[in-house]
Amino acid sequence: MFISQLSIFVRNSPGSIAEITGILAKAGIDIRAFSVADTTDYGILRLIVNAPDRAEKVLRERGIAVSLNRVIGVQVPDVPGGMHEVFAYLAECGIGIEYGYAFVSRREGFAYAILRVDDKERAAKLLEERNIPMLTPREVYQN
Amino acid sequence: MKCWNPEMETMSRDELHTLQSERIVKAVQYVYSRVNPYRKKMEDAGITPGDIRSIDDLVKLPFTDKYDLADNYPYGLFAVPMREVIELHASSGTTGRQKVVGYTRSDLDLWREVMARTFAAGGVTKDDIMHVSYGYGLFTGGFGGHYGAERIGAAIVPIGTGNTQRQITVLRDFGCTAICCTPSYMLYIAETIEKMGIDPDEIKLRVGFLGAEPWTVEMRDDIERRLRIRTYDIYGLTEVIGPGVAFECDARAGLHVNEDHFYPEILDPDTLLPVPDGTQGELAFTCMTKECVPLLRYRTRDIAAVTHETCACGRTLARISKPVGRTDDMLIIRGVNVFPSQVESVLLNIPEASPYYMLIIDRVGALDTLEIQVELTPDVPVDQIRTLETIQKKIRSQVDSTLGLAAAIRLLPPQTLPRVEGKAKRVEDRRKL
Repeated sequence: MFISQLSIFVRNSPGSIAEITGILAKAGIDIRAFSVADTTDYGILRLIVNAPDRAEKVLRERGIAVSLNRVIGVQVPDVPGGMHEVFAYLAECGIGIEYGYAFVSRREGFAYAILRVDDKERAAKLLEERNIPMLTPREVYQN
Repeated sequence: MKCWNPEMETMSRDELHTLQSERIVKAVQYVYSRVNPYRKKMEDAGITPGDIRSIDDLVKLPFTDKYDLADNYPYGLFAVPMREVIELHASSGTTGRQKVVGYTRSDLDLWREVMARTFAAGGVTKDDIMHVSYGYGLFTGGFGGHYGAERIGAAIVPIGTGNTQRQITVLRDFGCTAICCTPSYMLYIAETIEKMGIDPDEIKLRVGFLGAEPWTVEMRDDIERRLRIRTYDIYGLTEVIGPGVAFECDARAGLHVNEDHFYPEILDPDTLLPVPDGTQGELAFTCMTKECVPLLRYRTRDIAAVTHETCACGRTLARISKPVGRTDDMLIIRGVNVFPSQVESVLLNIPEASPYYMLIIDRVGALDTLEIQVELTPDVPVDQIRTLETIQKKIRSQVDSTLGLAAAIRLLPPQTLPRVEGKAKRVEDRRKL
């Protein structure tokens, strides 16, 4: 129901993301989705990869500040209003969204929104009740 | 108590006063007759050697400082001809010229003696293996450590600086039991041991003699916990002898000055008059027994306090407090006196922050700005900006209350600030004053 996401603390300077992607490329890790949040001083690079535990290990060995956390991937139909339906529902239920970004599906017709919400257990339950499909670990980690 | 020279280290204050008085009278006559710049300085001050009849007359003498060494570079303050000099050392300084000192055979013996006292106070005996991780060369650290261990008869591993992974392999495989290096390098060794996945118990190290730069109590705790060793602070400067001017005992109540050779004074920074025991001021030393460069009332720029009370360890030698900083390390930011070591104390109490930091001082318009760059520790949860902002705020408020000064805190990823094997550079002052 939840998927693992890597969050990496990076400096706000050219080349700092390439350093991370370089380490992952060398380790043969596939990046499935990413987002960068930035502040004046630093950035947080968030990644969905095919092998999160191994990715965390190789980054940590290089002294990179990385943490592994669990997020939800919500299936969103690729039609006008598809996104709205999901967000309106979560809003109605009072679920707060901390951040989100897109994950492109290999199947046609829909995409996924990766979301970090304030109460992920409850959010997952609500989505299930509404029959809104969620991204499964199986789909993310397949090669 | 582990005393190398109990006679000198536990002599009564009265006897010591007599000994110092005899020695200072001789030392003043010696430099007056042998060193032209000294004679001129004394003549300018209207003093003759006859005016110095005991150690209490020391205050009549003019001071010396780094500019005297720069002005007389390289050998102008030597009191002996080169045929009697058997070793030369130098340290770089802010004057742009190296401070060059020479050692006669007797000066080297003196250095061996005071360094032997230093190591013996930490329990080093001839059964130990001493890993000398200070730089060998013109810097006095390497040779000073070497000579002290040699005098005791410990086995010396003269490894010097550099190649940390190899140093750790040597520490482990050679079974080194004692080490001397800078505290920042000791911490870097601890960090590298952890990174290499070596269990500290595989390393036999028992004691470390750390000095050559200011370090805090918190940093000591960190080093002792991570390496499971006991550490002793050491103090010295090239101009006086190198390491071995003062050393710490098990009581950890200040550093014992080898007062039979080096007479300490604490001076009010403004008036340059001696201050009472317990008051902080600039530390000055008078070399009473050296032959080549016996500096009198040499201003160290280090800030410390002194006490003459007998120590719990039984030594009667005066103790200086761990120097809190240097008059030339001291930063004046928006009129507030700031020592980098204060920032270090704050960071060592914040688990999310590593002890690696850099102070960047700049001036925007008429206002000084202070930015503190801090490395995060690798296990900080970094997913949410909110968490990071909380860490930033915590550091900012603690810095603010410790320094009495607002600073901008910039968080950096782990391992981004440069690691050094010698003295760490932690300040970048970009102000054009």
